[in-house]
Amino acid sequence: MKKDKVFWATVAPLAAVLSALLLVSIILSLQGANPIEIFQVMISYGFDPRNLVSELNQTVAYYLAGVAAAIGFKMLLFNIGIDGQYRMGAFFGAVVGAAVSLPPVLHVLLIVITAMLAGGLWASIAGYLKVRRGVSEVISNIMLNFIAAAIIAFLLGEDLLGILPEGSQNVQTRPIPLSGQLPTFKMFNGEVYSFLFVAILVGVAYWIMLNKTVFGFNLRATGLSFRAARSSGVNAPGMIFVTTVLSGAIAGLVGLGTLLSDTYSYSMAFPSGFAFTGLSLALLGRNHPVGIFFAAFLWSFLERSAPVLEYEGVPPEIVIVMQGTIVLAIVIAYEVVARINLRQQQRAVGRVNVELVSDKEVK
Amino acid sequence: MGNILEVAGVEKKYPGVIANRDVSLLVREGSIHAIIGENGAGKSTLMKTLYGLIRPDLGSIKVFGQEVSLKSPQDAIALGIGMVHQHFKLADNATVLENVILGSEPSRFGFVVKFDEARKKLLEIAETYHLDIDPDESLSNLGVGERQRVEIAKVLFRGAKILILDEPTAVLVPQEVSELFDNLRDLVNKGLTVLFISHKLDEVLSIADDITIMRQGTTVVTKKPAETNKKELAELMVGGELPRPIAGIQKRSSESILSIKGASYSRFDGREILHNLNLDLHGGEILGLAGVEGNGQSELIELIMGLLSPSTGSVEVLGLDTSTTQTRDIRNAGVGYIPQDRQRDGLLMSAPLWENRILGHQFATPMARGIWINKNAAAQDSKRVVEEFDVRTPGVNVLASALSGGNQQKFIVGRELSGAPKLIIAAQPTRGVDVGAQAIIWDHLMKARSSGAGILLISADLEELFSLSDRIAVIYSGSIVSVLDPSMTSPEDLGLAMTGAKTA
Repeated sequence: MKKDKVFWATVAPLAAVLSALLLVSIILSLQGANPIEIFQVMISYGFDPRNLVSELNQTVAYYLAGVAAAIGFKMLLFNIGIDGQYRMGAFFGAVVGAAVSLPPVLHVLLIVITAMLAGGLWASIAGYLKVRRGVSEVISNIMLNFIAAAIIAFLLGEDLLGILPEGSQNVQTRPIPLSGQLPTFKMFNGEVYSFLFVAILVGVAYWIMLNKTVFGFNLRATGLSFRAARSSGVNAPGMIFVTTVLSGAIAGLVGLGTLLSDTYSYSMAFPSGFAFTGLSLALLGRNHPVGIFFAAFLWSFLERSAPVLEYEGVPPEIVIVMQGTIVLAIVIAYEVVARINLRQQQRAVGRVNVELVSDKEVK
Repeated sequence: MGNILEVAGVEKKYPGVIANRDVSLLVREGSIHAIIGENGAGKSTLMKTLYGLIRPDLGSIKVFGQEVSLKSPQDAIALGIGMVHQHFKLADNATVLENVILGSEPSRFGFVVKFDEARKKLLEIAETYHLDIDPDESLSNLGVGERQRVEIAKVLFRGAKILILDEPTAVLVPQEVSELFDNLRDLVNKGLTVLFISHKLDEVLSIADDITIMRQGTTVVTKKPAETNKKELAELMVGGELPRPIAGIQKRSSESILSIKGASYSRFDGREILHNLNLDLHGGEILGLAGVEGNGQSELIELIMGLLSPSTGSVEVLGLDTSTTQTRDIRNAGVGYIPQDRQRDGLLMSAPLWENRILGHQFATPMARGIWINKNAAAQDSKRVVEEFDVRTPGVNVLASALSGGNQQKFIVGRELSGAPKLIIAAQPTRGVDVGAQAIIWDHLMKARSSGAGILLISADLEELFSLSDRIAVIYSGSIVSVLDPSMTSPEDLGLAMTGAKTA
């Protein structure tokens, strides 16, 4: 039973990635390129130690976005607001981090908590609107993403919270002092964010919460059947709200690796697009923390090795095609696996009926 | 008249499973032929075979005396065999006419739909068979009984001579059942043949011309209703004597465990669903709540479970005011709840059985230990439920959706009776389950009563109400209109009271 589960859980994403590779190979061949060669170039470039480091650092952000999306998915929530929540988290983390001076560990902890609070509070707006007013979280979150970006742009004004460093075109928050910075550690001759460990911790906590606690059971139950959860005594609307906030709080952590170990300040140069990426990764990793990790790494790898394609005469956008195909294929693959599973189980149930029958006949 | 359909020696095997073996069936033209059997007796497999959805490994099927090989439903339809599924396959946002013609539209040049012609044909069918349907009504406005008529019209529109109805009465209320039966009579009087799958013995005895009993994948015997009776049919279905519920000694306690005083409830749109409702239940008794569905039963249950609050009046469960107590605390106080819609309210369909064992019990030991879920306890106790309630499953890691409806229900009843609840809300506890499972469930409910639990039994099944209840309260239009003593009441009187007629 256990082995079976692992097998089916792996076979679907593998099938999706393989079919995406196949499709991309066809496109590449049509362009007159040799797909095998292209993949070889990508792999040798992507696994170059220097590039591995930046991929790992990117994985940290993607991973957290994926976990945030996965928590939402477990509740059938489509948290497209990860972008806004991440911005709020990183921005207020940066502002509070620069405004105080505390002993090293406490300082970082304060920034982390601030970021989670900011992300969670921002998500709570969408949660409130959904539970109390029946507003689809997709609509409200898209709006909230724009509003978050606008509020931050406003607050970054020079007479408010922003500064314009000499020789720079970008307004940014005041830099976080040394006590609030997180050191990197050496790996592959590069500097990897130690926020990686926080991300791993978040993944472990997410898994334990979901599978081992009553709270996680209630969360999953509400996602599987709102009415059954309610009848069982779960405050189902409350669960939806709490889950939204939790997802937002995790999303608030997405930018912290960069903030605490690289830029030390928030600026408009912080990238966007984490919502769609996070949702894709949660889908690809089947909402499982280990799966999401591999998915996040795969995404970082593909994006990092995309520019090299240009030297091979292939447009780097082919990577986006590959990502899109993977997501599409994974949805199909999981549905197929789910059906195979159900059929197998029904067959097993049927077998029991027949065994009972033959038992009776013997007597 | 001759046989319109002859099935001989049909066998269908799946890897490791024999779904049908040595199935033989003779259906007379112009008759209503009922097929009865327990859940999993092979009725559905046989029907799917006749409709071309399944191809048998062995045996022959003759339609109108001609040996046929059905490869798909299209083949079956071409031969005049049509199927009305238990779960309707209709599009909600289309009209009746559009639904009827969908998939077999009469058309000009192959793409312009001839709606006029289709409407004419449909009206003719409706006229001939006395089917009361309006072609231009939107399907979303129709009730269950009307939807079923649309399904029947759909099959007739395709020229069916043999209609297969898969448990057509499972979804209907009593008045709709009698309407359906009138319609079926009309159909056979006009020369059509009806194959009718059911496990409700009363209905089968009242409507069918021939009754074929299936058990363990094979046909056992065919009987005429006049030559048999309910008891015999039931025993043929389960292959032995039914376990009878032990009456047990009633030990009605003096304390009231459920007390509803003057409760009213109005919906968000202001409509009053429950009006000044009074009810009192003691430990050690079974109080039947009889009523046609939709007279406020669902709302009453939700009031008791703390899912709704009364607009006036009070509902007290084991001394707790349910309007200020959370559902989880009501359940923890010792309330078992068997919901009437098991798949929506009682189960997590895509979760394994052991997780479903936790559902509703996740706030107390032994299913929870502090903030943690106790998987071992859940798995162990699931095994106990499977054993005691004869749930047919290979294990407790199986998804709830893989089980048949009757087995799902047995699991829910087992779950809700565990931990010695003081009050049990049992809504339609045996709906859709076969006689064997029904006997098991009744037996356990009686045992719970003997050990001092009070049971509120909400049911539309008169037999169930009379077999189990110590008192029967009748709900009509949101109020309790009478409380009857089952030993002094006839089923006719109860039926009358349920329709709101004043009883003496």
